[in-house]
Amino acid sequence: MSAADIQAADPPATMDQAPEVIGPEPSEGASRRPRKAGALLPYLLIAPAFVAIAAVFVWPLVKTVIMSFQDVGRRELWTGEAAPWVGFDQFTEILGDGEFWDVVVRTIVFMAACVVSTMVIGLGLAMVMQRMSTWARLLLTAALIAAWSMPLLVATSIFRWFADSDYGVLNMVLTEYLGLDFQGHNWFLDSTQGFTIIGGVVVWGAVPFVTITLYAALTQVPKELEEAASLDGAGTGGVFRYVTWPVIKPVFQMVATLSVIWDFNVFGQVFLIRGNKPEPEYALLGLYSFEKAFESNSFSQGAAISLITVLLLSGVAVYYLRQLLKIGEVE
Amino acid sequence: MSVSTPQVLRPDRKKNRLLFNVVGLLAFVVMAFPVYWLVISALRPNSEIRSYDQTLWPSSITFDNFQRAINMPNFGTAIQSSLIICVTAVVGAMVLSTIAAFAIGRFRFFGRKAFMMVLLVVQLLPPTAMLIPIYIQLNDLGGLNEYWGVTTIYLVSTLPFATWMIRGFVINIPKELEESAMVDGCSRMGAFWRVIFPLLAPGLAAASIFSLINAWNEYLLAYVVLQDNDKYTLNVWLMNFTTSRGVDYGALMAASTLIAIPVVVFFMIVQKKMASGLTSGAVKG
Repeated sequence: MSAADIQAADPPATMDQAPEVIGPEPSEGASRRPRKAGALLPYLLIAPAFVAIAAVFVWPLVKTVIMSFQDVGRRELWTGEAAPWVGFDQFTEILGDGEFWDVVVRTIVFMAACVVSTMVIGLGLAMVMQRMSTWARLLLTAALIAAWSMPLLVATSIFRWFADSDYGVLNMVLTEYLGLDFQGHNWFLDSTQGFTIIGGVVVWGAVPFVTITLYAALTQVPKELEEAASLDGAGTGGVFRYVTWPVIKPVFQMVATLSVIWDFNVFGQVFLIRGNKPEPEYALLGLYSFEKAFESNSFSQGAAISLITVLLLSGVAVYYLRQLLKIGEVE
Repeated sequence: MSVSTPQVLRPDRKKNRLLFNVVGLLAFVVMAFPVYWLVISALRPNSEIRSYDQTLWPSSITFDNFQRAINMPNFGTAIQSSLIICVTAVVGAMVLSTIAAFAIGRFRFFGRKAFMMVLLVVQLLPPTAMLIPIYIQLNDLGGLNEYWGVTTIYLVSTLPFATWMIRGFVINIPKELEESAMVDGCSRMGAFWRVIFPLLAPGLAAASIFSLINAWNEYLLAYVVLQDNDKYTLNVWLMNFTTSRGVDYGALMAASTLIAIPVVVFFMIVQKKMASGLTSGAVKG
């Protein structure tokens, strides 16, 4: 089953008349002969975007690599003096630092917890949405969209307040409605509890994207196939495994991969919920690199940590790229 | 999102449907609660906000919080900064990505695959990891504390995704439409602007909301790059409500509500198109 089957839940009019033919070869190949006239035109068209991307992404990436082999501090930054080359010193220092590994482990655990919760909730909600009444679906969609469009900073402020020890609604509900003793409880003293709240913001913010995307994918599963499978005696689990899952798999994998990348780089939520000065036990990789660079004024250390982050993610990245390219090939 | 599945319900399905509706309503409550809390707190009197006994419903409604928020220094300049930066970034990103998407969607040329790879790869680079070199680069170019520095970064950071998404729409428009326009005397680009461009509207709507949300909500880069009080964007300005003495939640919620309104309105307008844009453009590719 190809990912090209995943079409819009509500496709623009033009797509209706042009259902995609999925075959071993792209069917339009023949009509796309290289044209002699205007052979330069496509290059002119991509030039502005290419230059912009190179300037803002590629060059800084090169710069990150260069900096990580130097020792750039505040003085070099302001005076433009050439920074001394230090070889692999930054890397050996970072990799030999126990604190760095604590941060790596914390980042991975936090990412995994957030991704798993987001995907489970997102898929569950998408499947429930498919089966509920129209009015309930509209109501839920409205809430999802409202949550989605809420700025990160706003969402974070609200969750911070929810968890406020004195004036937070969370302690109130736990104490008054559930009879637990949470009066004046500070959720951020213990970083595990603190990360539960932060994870709440992350998952709450990510669920709408995942749910709506997976719901759109689910609408592409042929109803007749599901019916046929259940007539043939497949249980709910069987129908899901053999009929539903193969269709939504490419979209699911892609959304999951994106979530991994996003949750690995969670920054704003922690930074803001801890009032711009997170304690060391709240450091995730992005924050750690930021602190090294801007607070310890060791820009090279910050760059080296960033580079290690990119390398750690590149495993996932390759997977994501393969998925996207596979989908991109079907045109 | 308007797809409903009309089907004949068997009795056991009806019972299930009730169960699913209940689950859906619970999810609705959880997803909507922070939004509800935001709006309700903005309208609550301060005595209730600073209360050890939080209630789920306000006892009375007041606009004091909004007044305090609006009277906060630099509110006007923050709106101005955010508008200048976001509008420029979104419009610029849409122009650049539309023409690039047209190129990779319509032409086969050497280097096309490589360019598409670049579009994908740069999406994987964590923005926070790029912050330091970008900061240094802007410093070298004199872009610190300037609108154009922030605008450029916002514009380019949405460019790859927007291009990829719009490309999905370009390839779904039958080539024959353009060809017949060209037979009728349009130039290649003329055909693009008159025939293709209007049909790209849903793709542009979806891409522009992404671009807008990205720029409107971005916080860290603006915080690091902009240094003058009167250049702060709304998000950086919001930090004024958090002081060492505590957080003025009432005013913060009121200000947050005001800031969220433009995005929500824009979202509502393009939401329908956006849902299709997401799946047909980005996911299907």
